[in-house]
Amino acid sequence: MNNGPVRIEYEERGTTAIVTPHGEIGFPEAPSLRTYLKGAQDKRMARLIVDLSNVHFMSTPGLAALVEALQSSKRHQTRLVLCGLQERVRAVFEIARLQQLFVIKPDAASAMEA
Amino acid sequence: MSKDGCDRPHLKLEMLSNPLYLSGARELVSSVARRLGFADQACSQIALALDEALCNVIRHGYGRRPDGPIWVEVWPLCPAHADGCGSGACVAGEPTPPEALCNGSAPEAVGGIRIVIEDEARQVDPATIKGRKLEEIRPGGLGVHIIREVMNQVIYEKRGESGMRLTMVKFKSPVVPAGDPAAQPGRSCGT
Repeated sequence: MNNGPVRIEYEERGTTAIVTPHGEIGFPEAPSLRTYLKGAQDKRMARLIVDLSNVHFMSTPGLAALVEALQSSKRHQTRLVLCGLQERVRAVFEIARLQQLFVIKPDAASAMEA
Repeated sequence: MSKDGCDRPHLKLEMLSNPLYLSGARELVSSVARRLGFADQACSQIALALDEALCNVIRHGYGRRPDGPIWVEVWPLCPAHADGCGSGACVAGEPTPPEALCNGSAPEAVGGIRIVIEDEARQVDPATIKGRKLEEIRPGGLGVHIIREVMNQVIYEKRGESGMRLTMVKFKSPVVPAGDPAAQPGRSCGT
């Protein structure tokens, strides 16, 4: 099955890993995001930032990947920070009432300080 | 057929249960919703509900099998069908639910959209289709909750001998964006 491509950038700044997905994070794309997040967490960085500023659509499989990453980050004592949520992505977090579960910052710069 | 054509779907899409086509179906219905006069936020919500519903059919109904048929129908909800508010309004050729009637006390009764999704997938008891409790922090189980949250009416039912049917209705906000003739929903209640 063709699950569709999703572009995800990965960067390390000191003890922080930054994962930046692009486009849509729905059912076809969520497995790729999950794989990237797991790979980033395996490096045991102190902080993991997921920069969502380039994501214009997210559905529950994407949310599920982030919830899994959050649970994993707690086990590994990594600080998971989301940033750059576009309005419609933020709305999905609010509908699912997940916005209070995550540390959410406006942009990558403020996420680096969270 | 009525003069408004609301006794049959205005749009009918047949697709396979392949996630590859989720994006296209979502964009198509979102685009139609916009042309029917929904605001951007509502279009996003409709697209999200459609995506979640199709995703559930693919994952749970067809068990991720990519070649099952799925049919999506779009029915505009008529705000001023026939003689107008409350007297002849219809939801796709069927009696308008009481809450949708234009009686001055139902601000949502300015028309809307009805989306019907049918499949030939595994049948389940509609009463068992429930979203998980939001207090349970775990991945998954949010799709049904989101659909119920963003749509005004959500009905799951068995479809004859095989498959399921999901009917989702969303009413338009009574506030209509100015300056876009294509976005005018027709006559609003009380106007």
